[in-house]
Amino acid sequence: MSRSLKKGPFIDYKLERKILAMNDSGKKSVLKTWARASVISPDFVGHTIAVHNGNKFIPVYITENMVGHRLGEFAPTRTFRGHAGNRK
Amino acid sequence: MARIVGVDIPNNKRGEIALTYIYGIGRSRANTILKEAEVDPEIKVQDWTDDQFGAIRKVINDQFKVEGELRSEVQMNIKRLMDIGCYRGIRHRIGLPVRGQSTKNNARTRKGKRKTVANKKMATK
Repeated sequence: MSRSLKKGPFIDYKLERKILAMNDSGKKSVLKTWARASVISPDFVGHTIAVHNGNKFIPVYITENMVGHRLGEFAPTRTFRGHAGNRK
Repeated sequence: MARIVGVDIPNNKRGEIALTYIYGIGRSRANTILKEAEVDPEIKVQDWTDDQFGAIRKVINDQFKVEGELRSEVQMNIKRLMDIGCYRGIRHRIGLPVRGQSTKNNARTRKGKRKTVANKKMATK
């Protein structure tokens, strides 16, 4: 079932607060976050956010196309390098 | 044989069925179109008059995205996912199921024909 429209998209509150503060001051720095479930709001565009993948923080540069996706979608949690003997 | 929106040639079938030969039109859309064009879904394509053809073409052109246009839209959407590098895009890129299905077995539609690995059983022992 999809999320109620009444609530609007889930955007991590603390992350959003920090981003808005950066927008106001015009500063840019990489923000570390564990909020993989947070939806990317239009305010995030142009920032780089380091998203935790359970092991490391993966830097994600937010572009306009990414709005509406969740941060976790851009920081894969699994590594799969292909099967043995599977050249290419 | 009749031509509607480009290359499609549905023929001696009932209108409702014949329209589904067009990419982007299924049973329910076919019925909406025929209703809109005021054509009985039961009559066969060969019995359609020129006026009815015109009406049906008009409805399809005005309201629905079909064939090439629809295909390219789908491709564009997939390309977008791949370009932004999100999880779904990555799955498209490596040709595995996109919507969280299990891949331990099956998933053959996405993975294609089985590639047998020699001595796989022995190696895992």
